[in-house]
Amino acid sequence: MKADRQFPSKELIKSNHLNLDFVSEIEKISGVNINKCYHCKTCAGGCHFYQTTDYPPNSVIRLAQLGLRNEALECSTIWLCVGCHTCSIQCPMGIDMAGFMDGLRQIAIREEVVIAEPDILNFHRDVLHTIKRHGRTHKLEVMLRYKARKWDWFSDLAVGLKMFSKGKLHLMPSKIKAIGEIRKIFAPRPDGVIYE
Amino acid sequence: MNRKASIDLSFFPGCSLDTTATENNLSLNSLFNRIGYNLVELDDWNCCGSSSAHSINSELASDLATRNLSLAPKGRPLVAACPSCLLRLQDAHFHLKKNDEERLRYEERWGRPFDPELKILHFFEILDGIDLLSFAKDRTKRLDGLRFVPYYGCMLAHPPDLTREKEYHGLMEKILASLGATPLSWPHASQCCGTFLSVARPDIVTPLVDRIIQGARDAGTDCIITACAMCHLNLEVRCSLKKTIPTLYFTEVLSLALGSDEHKTWFSRHLVDPKPLLRSKGLIQ
Repeated sequence: MKADRQFPSKELIKSNHLNLDFVSEIEKISGVNINKCYHCKTCAGGCHFYQTTDYPPNSVIRLAQLGLRNEALECSTIWLCVGCHTCSIQCPMGIDMAGFMDGLRQIAIREEVVIAEPDILNFHRDVLHTIKRHGRTHKLEVMLRYKARKWDWFSDLAVGLKMFSKGKLHLMPSKIKAIGEIRKIFAPRPDGVIYE
Repeated sequence: MNRKASIDLSFFPGCSLDTTATENNLSLNSLFNRIGYNLVELDDWNCCGSSSAHSINSELASDLATRNLSLAPKGRPLVAACPSCLLRLQDAHFHLKKNDEERLRYEERWGRPFDPELKILHFFEILDGIDLLSFAKDRTKRLDGLRFVPYYGCMLAHPPDLTREKEYHGLMEKILASLGATPLSWPHASQCCGTFLSVARPDIVTPLVDRIIQGARDAGTDCIITACAMCHLNLEVRCSLKKTIPTLYFTEVLSLALGSDEHKTWFSRHLVDPKPLLRSKGLIQ
Protein backbone atom coordinates (compact mmCIF):
# COMPACT_ATOMS: atom_id res chain seq x y z
CA MET A 1 0.00 0.00 0.00
CA LYS A 2 1.24 3.44 -0.78
CA ALA A 3 2.17 5.43 2.32
CA ASP A 4 0.60 8.64 1.05
CA ARG A 5 -2.74 7.06 0.25
CA GLN A 6 -5.46 9.13 1.82
CA PHE A 7 -9.21 9.26 1.30
CA PRO A 8 -10.65 11.71 0.79
CA SER A 9 -7.69 13.48 -0.80
CA LYS A 10 -6.78 16.80 0.72
CA GLU A 11 -6.16 18.18 -2.72
CA LEU A 12 -8.95 19.60 -4.77
CA ILE A 13 -9.56 18.11 -8.18
CA LYS A 14 -8.18 20.40 -10.82
CA SER A 15 -10.83 20.82 -13.45
CA ASN A 16 -8.74 22.17 -16.30
CA HIS A 17 -7.76 18.82 -17.76
CA LEU A 18 -10.92 16.80 -17.31
CA ASN A 19 -11.84 14.50 -20.14
CA LEU A 20 -15.60 14.30 -20.10
CA ASP A 21 -15.86 11.83 -23.00
CA PHE A 22 -13.85 9.26 -21.11
CA VAL A 23 -16.89 7.32 -19.85
CA SER A 24 -18.23 6.79 -23.37
CA GLU A 25 -14.74 5.97 -24.67
CA ILE A 26 -14.53 3.21 -22.05
CA GLU A 27 -17.99 1.95 -22.93
CA LYS A 28 -17.01 1.82 -26.58
CA ILE A 29 -13.93 -0.33 -25.97
CA SER A 30 -15.30 -2.53 -23.17
CA GLY A 31 -19.08 -2.44 -23.46
CA VAL A 32 -19.27 -1.46 -19.79
CA ASN A 33 -21.40 1.52 -18.72
CA ILE A 34 -19.76 2.81 -15.56
CA ASN A 35 -22.33 5.57 -15.08
CA LYS A 36 -24.51 2.95 -13.41
CA CYS A 37 -22.10 3.01 -10.43
CA TYR A 38 -23.39 4.94 -7.40
CA HIS A 39 -20.36 4.21 -5.24
CA CYS A 40 -21.81 1.91 -2.60
CA LYS A 41 -18.22 0.54 -2.39
CA THR A 42 -19.36 -3.07 -2.16
CA CYS A 43 -16.69 -3.90 -4.75
CA ALA A 44 -14.00 -2.36 -2.54
CA GLY A 45 -15.22 -4.36 0.46
CA GLY A 46 -15.01 -7.63 -1.44
CA CYS A 47 -11.76 -7.00 -3.34
CA HIS A 48 -9.03 -9.48 -2.38
CA PHE A 49 -6.35 -7.05 -3.53
CA TYR A 50 -7.69 -3.89 -1.89
CA GLN A 51 -4.68 -3.63 0.44
CA THR A 52 -2.19 -3.64 -2.41
CA THR A 53 -3.77 -1.37 -5.02
CA ASP A 54 -3.50 2.39 -5.06
CA TYR A 55 -7.27 2.86 -5.54
CA PRO A 56 -10.17 0.56 -4.66
CA PRO A 57 -12.21 -0.52 -7.72
CA ASN A 58 -15.01 2.02 -7.34
CA SER A 59 -12.48 4.85 -7.00
CA VAL A 60 -11.09 3.95 -10.42
CA ILE A 61 -14.65 4.26 -11.73
CA ARG A 62 -14.88 7.63 -9.96
CA LEU A 63 -11.65 8.83 -11.58
CA ALA A 64 -13.06 7.84 -14.95
CA GLN A 65 -16.44 9.46 -14.27
CA LEU A 66 -14.68 12.70 -13.34
CA GLY A 67 -12.70 12.55 -16.53
CA LEU A 68 -9.37 12.19 -14.72
CA ARG A 69 -8.00 10.20 -17.60
CA ASN A 70 -4.31 9.98 -16.72
CA GLU A 71 -4.98 9.23 -13.09
CA ALA A 72 -7.19 6.29 -14.10
CA LEU A 73 -4.85 4.99 -16.80
CA GLU A 74 -1.74 5.24 -14.67
CA CYS A 75 -3.06 3.63 -11.49
CA SER A 76 -1.86 0.23 -10.31
CA THR A 77 -5.37 -1.13 -9.70
CA ILE A 78 -5.98 -1.76 -13.40
CA TRP A 79 -2.97 -4.11 -13.51
CA LEU A 80 -3.42 -5.76 -10.12
CA CYS A 81 -7.06 -6.61 -10.83
CA VAL A 82 -6.93 -10.29 -11.86
CA GLY A 83 -10.55 -10.40 -13.03
CA CYS A 84 -11.75 -12.80 -10.34
CA HIS A 85 -15.28 -11.29 -10.67
CA THR A 86 -15.80 -11.31 -6.90
CA CYS A 87 -16.81 -7.64 -7.05
CA SER A 88 -19.06 -8.16 -10.07
CA ILE A 89 -21.20 -10.78 -8.36
CA GLN A 90 -21.60 -8.46 -5.39
CA CYS A 91 -22.27 -5.29 -7.39
CA PRO A 92 -25.94 -4.26 -7.02
CA MET A 93 -25.78 -2.61 -10.45
CA GLY A 94 -24.21 -5.62 -12.17
CA ILE A 95 -21.21 -3.68 -13.46
CA ASP A 96 -18.64 -5.86 -15.20
CA MET A 97 -15.62 -4.59 -13.29
CA ALA A 98 -13.19 -7.00 -14.96
CA GLY A 99 -14.40 -5.81 -18.37
CA PHE A 100 -13.95 -2.18 -17.27
CA MET A 101 -10.38 -2.89 -16.12
CA ASP A 102 -9.66 -4.65 -19.46
CA GLY A 103 -10.84 -1.52 -21.25
CA LEU A 104 -8.57 0.77 -19.20
CA ARG A 105 -5.57 -1.54 -19.66
CA GLN A 106 -6.12 -1.59 -23.40
CA ILE A 107 -6.37 2.22 -23.59
CA ALA A 108 -3.27 2.55 -21.38
CA ILE A 109 -1.28 0.29 -23.73
CA ARG A 110 -2.54 2.05 -26.86
CA GLU A 111 -1.66 5.49 -25.53
CA GLU A 112 1.67 4.44 -24.09
CA VAL A 113 1.01 6.11 -20.74
CA VAL A 114 3.23 5.29 -17.75
CA ILE A 115 2.40 1.69 -16.81
CA ALA A 116 2.10 1.37 -13.02
CA GLU A 117 2.99 -2.35 -13.03
CA PRO A 118 5.33 -2.91 -16.00
CA ASP A 119 6.28 -6.40 -14.76
CA ILE A 120 2.69 -7.53 -15.01
CA LEU A 121 2.31 -6.18 -18.56
CA ASN A 122 5.60 -7.84 -19.50
CA PHE A 123 4.35 -11.11 -18.09
CA HIS A 124 1.18 -10.88 -20.21
CA ARG A 125 3.31 -10.18 -23.29
CA ASP A 126 5.58 -13.14 -22.51
CA VAL A 127 2.55 -15.42 -22.25
CA LEU A 128 1.23 -14.15 -25.59
CA HIS A 129 4.65 -14.61 -27.16
CA THR A 130 4.59 -18.34 -26.41
CA ILE A 131 0.98 -18.65 -27.60
CA LYS A 132 1.99 -17.03 -30.87
CA ARG A 133 4.90 -19.43 -31.28
CA HIS A 134 3.23 -22.68 -30.25
CA GLY A 135 -0.52 -22.07 -30.06
CA ARG A 136 -0.33 -22.92 -26.38
CA THR A 137 1.46 -21.40 -23.42
CA HIS A 138 4.84 -22.85 -22.58
CA LYS A 139 5.41 -22.08 -18.91
CA LEU A 140 9.16 -22.70 -18.86
CA GLU A 141 9.66 -20.33 -21.79
CA VAL A 142 7.38 -17.71 -20.19
CA MET A 143 9.42 -17.88 -16.99
CA LEU A 144 12.78 -17.76 -18.77
CA ARG A 145 11.77 -14.78 -20.93
CA TYR A 146 10.33 -12.99 -17.93
CA LYS A 147 13.40 -13.60 -15.77
CA ALA A 148 15.83 -12.73 -18.57
CA ARG A 149 14.08 -9.42 -19.14
CA LYS A 150 14.43 -8.57 -15.46
CA TRP A 151 17.91 -10.04 -15.24
CA ASP A 152 16.61 -11.85 -12.18
CA TRP A 153 17.63 -15.50 -12.19
CA PHE A 154 17.51 -16.36 -8.53
CA SER A 155 14.27 -15.16 -6.93
CA ASP A 156 12.22 -18.20 -7.93
CA LEU A 157 14.99 -20.66 -8.69
CA ALA A 158 14.09 -23.03 -5.84
CA VAL A 159 10.43 -23.10 -6.81
CA GLY A 160 11.31 -23.56 -10.48
CA LEU A 161 13.64 -26.48 -9.78
CA LYS A 162 11.07 -28.13 -7.54
CA MET A 163 8.40 -27.79 -10.21
CA PHE A 164 10.80 -29.11 -12.81
CA SER A 165 11.72 -32.12 -10.69
CA LYS A 166 8.03 -32.92 -10.23
CA GLY A 167 7.46 -32.80 -13.98
CA LYS A 168 5.41 -29.60 -13.81
CA LEU A 169 7.64 -27.55 -16.10
CA HIS A 170 8.06 -29.18 -19.47
CA LEU A 171 11.26 -28.63 -21.44
CA MET A 172 9.48 -28.89 -24.76
CA PRO A 173 6.37 -26.88 -25.59
CA SER A 174 3.05 -28.50 -26.38
CA LYS A 175 2.40 -27.37 -29.96
CA ILE A 176 -0.64 -27.24 -32.16
CA LYS A 177 -0.62 -28.45 -35.79
CA ALA A 178 -2.44 -25.57 -37.48
CA ILE A 179 -0.05 -22.91 -36.20
CA GLY A 180 -0.86 -20.85 -39.34
CA GLU A 181 -4.32 -20.18 -37.91
CA ILE A 182 -2.74 -18.77 -34.75
CA ARG A 183 -0.24 -16.64 -36.67
CA LYS A 184 -3.20 -15.19 -38.56
CA ILE A 185 -4.68 -14.01 -35.25
CA PHE A 186 -1.40 -12.38 -34.29
CA ALA A 187 -0.90 -10.62 -37.65
CA PRO A 188 0.00 -6.90 -37.34
CA ARG A 189 -3.07 -4.82 -36.69
CA PRO A 190 -4.12 -1.62 -38.45
CA ASP A 191 -4.41 0.19 -35.09
CA GLY A 192 -0.76 -0.62 -34.32
CA VAL A 193 -1.37 -2.48 -31.05
CA ILE A 194 1.60 -4.69 -30.25
CA TYR A 195 0.56 -7.95 -28.66
CA GLU A 196 3.84 -9.27 -27.42
CA MET B 1 -20.67 -50.86 -11.97
CA ASN B 2 -22.34 -49.21 -14.88
CA ARG B 3 -22.20 -51.53 -17.87
CA LYS B 4 -23.79 -49.16 -20.37
CA ALA B 5 -21.73 -48.03 -23.36
CA SER B 6 -19.89 -44.83 -22.51
CA ILE B 7 -21.05 -41.45 -23.74
CA ASP B 8 -18.62 -39.26 -25.69
CA LEU B 9 -18.00 -35.69 -24.53
CA SER B 10 -15.68 -33.16 -26.19
CA PHE B 11 -12.96 -32.15 -23.77
CA PHE B 12 -10.95 -28.93 -23.64
CA PRO B 13 -7.96 -29.56 -21.32
CA GLY B 14 -6.23 -26.17 -21.60
CA CYS B 15 -2.55 -25.45 -21.03
CA SER B 16 -2.50 -26.14 -17.28
CA LEU B 17 -4.06 -29.59 -17.44
CA ASP B 18 -1.74 -30.32 -20.33
CA THR B 19 1.42 -29.56 -18.29
CA THR B 20 1.56 -28.39 -14.65
CA ALA B 21 -1.69 -30.13 -13.71
CA THR B 22 -1.33 -33.46 -15.55
CA GLU B 23 -2.52 -35.20 -12.38
CA ASN B 24 -5.79 -33.27 -12.62
CA ASN B 25 -6.18 -34.35 -16.24
CA LEU B 26 -5.38 -38.01 -15.58
CA SER B 27 -7.63 -38.28 -12.55
CA LEU B 28 -10.48 -36.52 -14.37
CA ASN B 29 -10.25 -38.98 -17.26
CA SER B 30 -10.04 -41.91 -14.88
CA LEU B 31 -13.09 -40.66 -12.97
CA PHE B 32 -15.15 -40.07 -16.09
CA ASN B 33 -14.32 -43.48 -17.54
CA ARG B 34 -15.56 -45.04 -14.33
CA ILE B 35 -18.89 -43.26 -14.48
CA GLY B 36 -19.52 -44.05 -18.12
CA TYR B 37 -18.18 -41.03 -20.01
CA ASN B 38 -15.42 -40.81 -22.53
CA LEU B 39 -13.61 -37.47 -22.73
CA VAL B 40 -12.55 -36.91 -26.34
CA GLU B 41 -9.83 -34.25 -26.42
CA LEU B 42 -10.68 -31.42 -28.81
CA ASP B 43 -8.45 -32.01 -31.81
CA ASP B 44 -5.67 -29.40 -32.12
CA TRP B 45 -7.08 -27.10 -29.43
CA ASN B 46 -5.18 -23.88 -28.66
CA CYS B 47 -4.69 -21.76 -25.53
CA CYS B 48 -7.94 -19.98 -24.55
CA GLY B 49 -5.98 -16.73 -24.21
CA SER B 50 -5.93 -16.96 -20.44
CA SER B 51 -5.76 -13.76 -18.40
CA SER B 52 -3.21 -12.23 -20.70
CA ALA B 53 -5.03 -11.88 -24.04
CA HIS B 54 -8.04 -9.94 -22.77
CA SER B 55 -5.77 -7.64 -20.79
CA ILE B 56 -4.10 -6.53 -24.00
CA ASN B 57 -6.69 -6.81 -26.75
CA SER B 58 -10.31 -7.98 -26.78
CA GLU B 59 -10.28 -9.12 -30.41
CA LEU B 60 -7.21 -11.24 -29.84
CA ALA B 61 -8.83 -12.78 -26.75
CA SER B 62 -12.01 -13.50 -28.66
CA ASP B 63 -10.17 -15.06 -31.64
CA LEU B 64 -8.09 -17.37 -29.45
CA ALA B 65 -11.23 -18.61 -27.71
CA THR B 66 -13.42 -18.86 -30.82
CA ARG B 67 -10.96 -21.01 -32.75
CA ASN B 68 -11.55 -23.68 -30.12
CA LEU B 69 -15.32 -23.32 -30.50
CA SER B 70 -14.93 -23.80 -34.25
CA LEU B 71 -13.18 -27.14 -33.65
CA ALA B 72 -15.92 -28.61 -31.47
CA PRO B 73 -17.86 -31.40 -33.22
CA LYS B 74 -21.59 -30.80 -33.43
CA GLY B 75 -24.00 -32.66 -31.25
CA ARG B 76 -21.99 -33.18 -28.09
CA PRO B 77 -21.17 -30.84 -25.23
CA LEU B 78 -17.73 -29.31 -24.77
CA VAL B 79 -16.44 -29.95 -21.25
CA ALA B 80 -13.65 -28.03 -19.51
CA ALA B 81 -12.06 -28.49 -16.10
CA CYS B 82 -10.12 -25.23 -15.81
CA PRO B 83 -12.51 -22.53 -14.53
CA SER B 84 -10.60 -19.83 -16.39
CA CYS B 85 -10.67 -21.65 -19.76
CA LEU B 86 -14.36 -22.38 -19.24
CA LEU B 87 -15.13 -18.71 -18.68
CA ARG B 88 -13.20 -17.62 -21.78
CA LEU B 89 -14.97 -20.19 -23.96
CA GLN B 90 -18.43 -19.41 -22.53
CA ASP B 91 -17.84 -15.67 -22.85
CA ALA B 92 -16.74 -15.99 -26.49
CA HIS B 93 -19.76 -18.16 -27.31
CA PHE B 94 -22.12 -15.73 -25.57
CA HIS B 95 -20.82 -12.78 -27.58
CA LEU B 96 -20.94 -14.67 -30.88
CA LYS B 97 -24.57 -15.58 -30.25
CA LYS B 98 -25.42 -11.96 -29.50
CA ASN B 99 -23.47 -10.20 -32.22
CA ASP B 100 -24.05 -10.78 -35.95
CA GLU B 101 -20.93 -8.87 -36.95
CA GLU B 102 -18.71 -10.99 -34.72
CA ARG B 103 -20.30 -14.14 -36.08
CA LEU B 104 -19.51 -13.06 -39.64
CA ARG B 105 -15.91 -12.40 -38.62
CA TYR B 106 -15.79 -15.85 -37.00
CA GLU B 107 -17.00 -17.62 -40.11
CA GLU B 108 -14.67 -15.65 -42.34
CA ARG B 109 -11.73 -16.30 -40.03
CA TRP B 110 -12.21 -20.02 -39.41
CA GLY B 111 -14.19 -21.12 -42.48
CA ARG B 112 -16.20 -23.36 -40.20
CA PRO B 113 -19.87 -22.86 -39.26
CA PHE B 114 -20.83 -21.41 -35.88
CA ASP B 115 -22.89 -23.69 -33.64
CA PRO B 116 -25.16 -21.54 -31.46
CA GLU B 117 -26.44 -24.70 -29.75
CA LEU B 118 -23.00 -25.80 -28.51
CA LYS B 119 -23.16 -26.50 -24.78
CA ILE B 120 -20.01 -25.49 -22.89
CA LEU B 121 -19.95 -27.11 -19.48
CA HIS B 122 -17.78 -27.45 -16.44
CA PHE B 123 -17.32 -31.10 -15.52
CA PHE B 124 -19.25 -30.34 -12.30
CA GLU B 125 -22.37 -30.18 -14.46
CA ILE B 126 -21.98 -33.86 -15.37
CA LEU B 127 -21.32 -34.91 -11.77
CA ASP B 128 -24.26 -32.94 -10.38
CA GLY B 129 -27.12 -35.32 -9.73
CA ILE B 130 -25.14 -38.53 -10.23
CA ASP B 131 -25.07 -40.95 -7.31
CA LEU B 132 -21.32 -41.55 -7.30
CA LEU B 133 -21.54 -44.08 -4.49
CA SER B 134 -23.31 -46.45 -6.88
CA PHE B 135 -20.11 -46.52 -8.95
CA ALA B 136 -17.84 -47.32 -5.99
CA LYS B 137 -16.69 -50.90 -5.65
CA ASP B 138 -18.94 -52.64 -3.07
CA ARG B 139 -20.64 -49.27 -2.49
CA THR B 140 -18.09 -48.60 0.24
CA LYS B 141 -17.83 -45.06 1.60
CA ARG B 142 -14.09 -45.02 1.21
CA LEU B 143 -13.66 -41.41 2.30
CA ASP B 144 -14.91 -42.08 5.84
CA GLY B 145 -12.74 -40.15 8.28
CA LEU B 146 -11.32 -37.69 5.74
CA ARG B 147 -11.87 -34.13 6.88
CA PHE B 148 -11.56 -31.46 4.19
CA VAL B 149 -12.17 -27.82 3.44
CA PRO B 150 -13.55 -27.08 -0.05
CA TYR B 151 -11.59 -24.44 -1.95
CA TYR B 152 -13.42 -22.96 -4.94
CA GLY B 153 -11.27 -19.85 -5.38
CA CYS B 154 -13.01 -17.58 -7.87
CA MET B 155 -14.62 -20.38 -9.90
CA LEU B 156 -18.08 -19.61 -8.52
CA ALA B 157 -17.97 -15.98 -9.67
CA HIS B 158 -19.17 -15.03 -13.15
CA PRO B 159 -19.11 -11.73 -15.02
CA PRO B 160 -22.60 -10.13 -15.19
CA ASP B 161 -23.13 -11.32 -18.81
CA LEU B 162 -22.88 -14.93 -17.68
CA THR B 163 -24.88 -14.80 -14.45
CA ARG B 164 -27.38 -17.21 -16.01
CA GLU B 165 -24.71 -19.90 -16.20
CA LYS B 166 -24.97 -22.46 -13.43
CA GLU B 167 -22.87 -22.08 -10.35
CA TYR B 168 -21.94 -24.82 -7.99
CA HIS B 169 -21.86 -23.54 -4.44
CA GLY B 170 -21.64 -26.55 -2.14
CA LEU B 171 -21.28 -29.17 -4.88
CA MET B 172 -17.89 -30.45 -3.73
CA GLU B 173 -19.15 -30.73 -0.15
CA LYS B 174 -22.33 -32.54 -1.22
CA ILE B 175 -20.58 -35.08 -3.44
CA LEU B 176 -17.63 -35.77 -1.14
CA ALA B 177 -19.94 -36.13 1.86
CA SER B 178 -22.00 -38.67 -0.09
CA LEU B 179 -18.80 -40.73 -0.29
CA GLY B 180 -18.10 -40.47 3.45
CA ALA B 181 -15.83 -37.41 3.76
CA THR B 182 -16.54 -34.66 6.29
CA PRO B 183 -16.64 -31.08 5.00
CA LEU B 184 -15.56 -28.39 7.45
CA SER B 185 -16.64 -24.78 7.13
CA TRP B 186 -14.02 -22.08 6.82
CA PRO B 187 -13.91 -18.49 5.62
CA HIS B 188 -11.62 -18.88 2.61
CA ALA B 189 -13.61 -21.17 0.28
CA SER B 190 -14.14 -18.43 -2.32
CA GLN B 191 -11.02 -16.34 -1.73
CA CYS B 192 -9.03 -15.66 -4.91
CA CYS B 193 -5.63 -17.42 -4.97
CA GLY B 194 -3.91 -14.50 -6.70
CA THR B 195 -3.64 -16.35 -10.05
CA PHE B 196 -1.01 -14.93 -12.41
CA LEU B 197 0.20 -12.32 -9.93
CA SER B 198 2.17 -15.24 -8.54
CA VAL B 199 4.82 -14.55 -11.20
CA ALA B 200 5.17 -10.77 -11.20
CA ARG B 201 4.02 -9.99 -7.66
CA PRO B 202 4.78 -12.96 -5.39
CA ASP B 203 4.97 -10.41 -2.57
CA ILE B 204 1.19 -10.01 -2.91
CA VAL B 205 0.34 -13.67 -3.47
CA THR B 206 2.42 -15.17 -0.65
CA PRO B 207 0.54 -13.45 2.21
CA LEU B 208 -2.75 -14.28 0.46
CA VAL B 209 -1.84 -17.97 0.18
CA ASP B 210 -0.47 -18.04 3.73
CA ARG B 211 -3.80 -16.72 5.04
CA ILE B 212 -5.67 -19.43 3.13
CA ILE B 213 -3.41 -22.26 4.35
CA GLN B 214 -3.41 -20.96 7.92
CA GLY B 215 -7.21 -20.73 7.72
CA ALA B 216 -7.33 -24.37 6.66
CA ARG B 217 -5.08 -25.39 9.53
CA ASP B 218 -7.20 -23.42 11.99
CA ALA B 219 -10.31 -25.21 10.73
CA GLY B 220 -8.67 -28.49 11.76
CA THR B 221 -8.81 -30.09 8.33
CA ASP B 222 -6.72 -32.95 6.91
CA CYS B 223 -6.46 -31.35 3.49
CA ILE B 224 -7.72 -28.69 1.11
CA ILE B 225 -9.71 -29.91 -1.88
CA THR B 226 -9.79 -27.78 -5.01
CA ALA B 227 -11.05 -28.18 -8.56
CA CYS B 228 -8.79 -25.50 -10.09
CA ALA B 229 -5.28 -26.08 -11.42
CA MET B 230 -4.22 -22.45 -10.91
CA CYS B 231 -5.38 -22.48 -7.27
CA HIS B 232 -3.60 -25.78 -6.72
CA LEU B 233 -0.33 -24.45 -8.08
CA ASN B 234 -0.42 -21.23 -6.07
CA LEU B 235 -1.28 -23.01 -2.82
CA GLU B 236 1.65 -25.34 -3.39
CA VAL B 237 4.35 -22.93 -4.56
CA ARG B 238 3.56 -19.69 -2.73
CA CYS B 239 3.03 -20.87 0.85
CA SER B 240 5.79 -19.60 3.16
CA LEU B 241 4.44 -21.20 6.36
CA LYS B 242 6.60 -23.80 8.06
CA LYS B 243 3.62 -26.10 8.52
CA THR B 244 1.65 -26.46 5.36
CA ILE B 245 -1.13 -28.83 4.37
CA PRO B 246 -1.72 -31.02 1.29
CA THR B 247 -4.01 -29.75 -1.45
CA LEU B 248 -5.77 -32.44 -3.44
CA TYR B 249 -7.69 -32.23 -6.67
CA PHE B 250 -11.39 -32.97 -6.38
CA THR B 251 -11.00 -35.44 -9.26
CA GLU B 252 -8.13 -37.27 -7.51
CA VAL B 253 -10.17 -37.79 -4.34
CA LEU B 254 -13.28 -38.87 -6.28
CA SER B 255 -11.27 -41.36 -8.32
CA LEU B 256 -9.78 -42.82 -5.14
CA ALA B 257 -13.23 -43.02 -3.56
CA LEU B 258 -14.47 -45.01 -6.54
CA GLY B 259 -11.60 -47.44 -6.13
CA SER B 260 -9.17 -46.25 -8.81
CA ASP B 261 -5.68 -47.72 -8.59
CA GLU B 262 -4.16 -45.57 -11.34
CA HIS B 263 -2.94 -42.93 -8.92
CA LYS B 264 0.79 -43.74 -8.88
CA THR B 265 1.69 -40.87 -11.20
CA TRP B 266 -0.73 -38.39 -9.66
CA PHE B 267 0.44 -37.90 -6.09
CA SER B 268 4.15 -38.05 -6.86
CA ARG B 269 3.65 -34.82 -8.81
CA HIS B 270 2.45 -32.85 -5.79
CA LEU B 271 4.92 -30.43 -4.24
CA VAL B 272 3.30 -30.93 -0.84
CA ASP B 273 3.23 -34.72 -0.46
CA PRO B 274 -0.31 -35.97 0.23
CA LYS B 275 0.72 -39.65 0.36
CA PRO B 276 1.25 -39.93 4.16
CA LEU B 277 -2.23 -38.51 4.72
CA LEU B 278 -3.85 -40.78 2.12
CA ARG B 279 -2.07 -43.80 3.57
CA SER B 280 -3.19 -42.95 7.09
CA LYS B 281 -6.79 -42.84 5.83
CA GLY B 282 -6.36 -46.15 4.03
CA LEU B 283 -6.97 -44.59 0.63
CA ILE B 284 -3.67 -45.71 -0.90
CA GLN B 285 -1.25 -48.47 0.01
